[in-house]
Amino acid sequence: MSRPDVVVTGLGATTPLGGDVASTWDAMLAGRSGVSALTQEWAAQLPVRIAAQLAVDPSEVLDRVKLRRLDRSQAIALIAAREAWADAGLADGGADPERLAVSVGSGIGGATTLLAQDDILEASGPRRVSPHTVPMLMPNGPAAWVGLELGAKAGVHSVASACATGAEAIALGLDIIRSGRADVVVAGGTEAVIHPLPIAGFASMRAMSTRNDEPEKASRPWDKARDGFVLGEGAGVLVLERAEHAAARGARVYARLAGAGITSDAYDMVQPHAEGEGAIRAIARAVADSDVARTDIVHVNAHATSTPVGDMLEIGALHQAIGDHVLLTATKSMTGHLLGAAGALESIATILAIRDGVVPPTINLEDPDDGLNLDVAAHKARHLEIPAALNNAFGFGGHNVALVFTRP
Amino acid sequence: MTRDEITAGLAEILEEVAGVNPDDVAEGKSFTDDLDVDSLSMVEVVVAAEEKFGVKIPDNEVQNLKTVGDAVSYIEAQS
Repeated sequence: MSRPDVVVTGLGATTPLGGDVASTWDAMLAGRSGVSALTQEWAAQLPVRIAAQLAVDPSEVLDRVKLRRLDRSQAIALIAAREAWADAGLADGGADPERLAVSVGSGIGGATTLLAQDDILEASGPRRVSPHTVPMLMPNGPAAWVGLELGAKAGVHSVASACATGAEAIALGLDIIRSGRADVVVAGGTEAVIHPLPIAGFASMRAMSTRNDEPEKASRPWDKARDGFVLGEGAGVLVLERAEHAAARGARVYARLAGAGITSDAYDMVQPHAEGEGAIRAIARAVADSDVARTDIVHVNAHATSTPVGDMLEIGALHQAIGDHVLLTATKSMTGHLLGAAGALESIATILAIRDGVVPPTINLEDPDDGLNLDVAAHKARHLEIPAALNNAFGFGGHNVALVFTRP
Repeated sequence: MTRDEITAGLAEILEEVAGVNPDDVAEGKSFTDDLDVDSLSMVEVVVAAEEKFGVKIPDNEVQNLKTVGDAVSYIEAQS
């Protein structure tokens, strides 16, 4: 039996650039930054006082009572999933619940709920701790809420691989459909941890940009003056579907998810492998897993978080695994780093780049690193016919995920 | 505090915690069957009621509070 083809039929997102996919994509193509100063009182004492906060707060979308039982990461996963579901034309039926699965992960999970309820515990005692605490903080919570909302009965999965989570969740969705366990998988990632503790933790690792005086210039992948990533929050969700299932219901198809490659470094908890060995293997596996020639992959939405070491390692890996013909971009220059949602949001950008024949810009690339010897869509969006494109995502723990998307 | 006042206080809590329309809250209404208050929200209602009315509602009492009227009677007797 031949392996089923998998296509993308729906997209949903809520991001620092917009409350949905259309507004996010417009802002990306315009080269807008979603990074701003943190004006909350708690930020004053932190070494990092900038972040890419949601353009549209979930309280503007979901009702107050619903939000009482949703961690912020769950609320935005739900918002993105609803959009993707409607976008796929499935809101009025068309998917058998027993053939519908969910694969939505988070890098950190319900940390802000945990911390807020701990404050309540300390101040007012255990009886005041919300009975919704555990479902709000558990890492499978976002996937479970999406599954509940959409009535998914073929399994609800929550991958956790730090900043590779969103991409790995999509790769798992591909596996699920290929294995025959489901016809439709709602897949993606979510993250909402703009809170002093995670920020202090990342800052203590010296992983974050401290360009507090110029928030919009802080995320600058491949630029010589880059000094770390900018924390972002948001969610991205894709509807993956067995191609024959999509065709049978006449669904609009954005792109094919042609292949995925997953590897682990087994090298260091937080440092990428010194030669990018795991990344190279992930990209090579993704290409081999697809039916696409390496030379047809002409665009890469890179992981490129704006850290001194990681950005250039990825360049080396791309050279080795794909070649020197690709046009790169790093949309994190605009969105900041959405951690567990990054791979999902950047997959959406990759898919829309294929659809529209346009590569969104990498902003702030004013003085490129000397080692940057691949073409980058710097400053402005660039037109390009894209038969196939790659999205990379890497995470603490040594996770490497590469996804290959093609035209339908 | 009169029974009506306690009912009105419970209605406020039910609106805040579970989004129940205050006009739907009456002594004969069942929390679960009529007002759609699930078990976790009921825990929140109880804790909020303890605070509002200055009473203690032990967990083993909660299962006896099927209707708004049951809760009003319990609170009235305790306060």
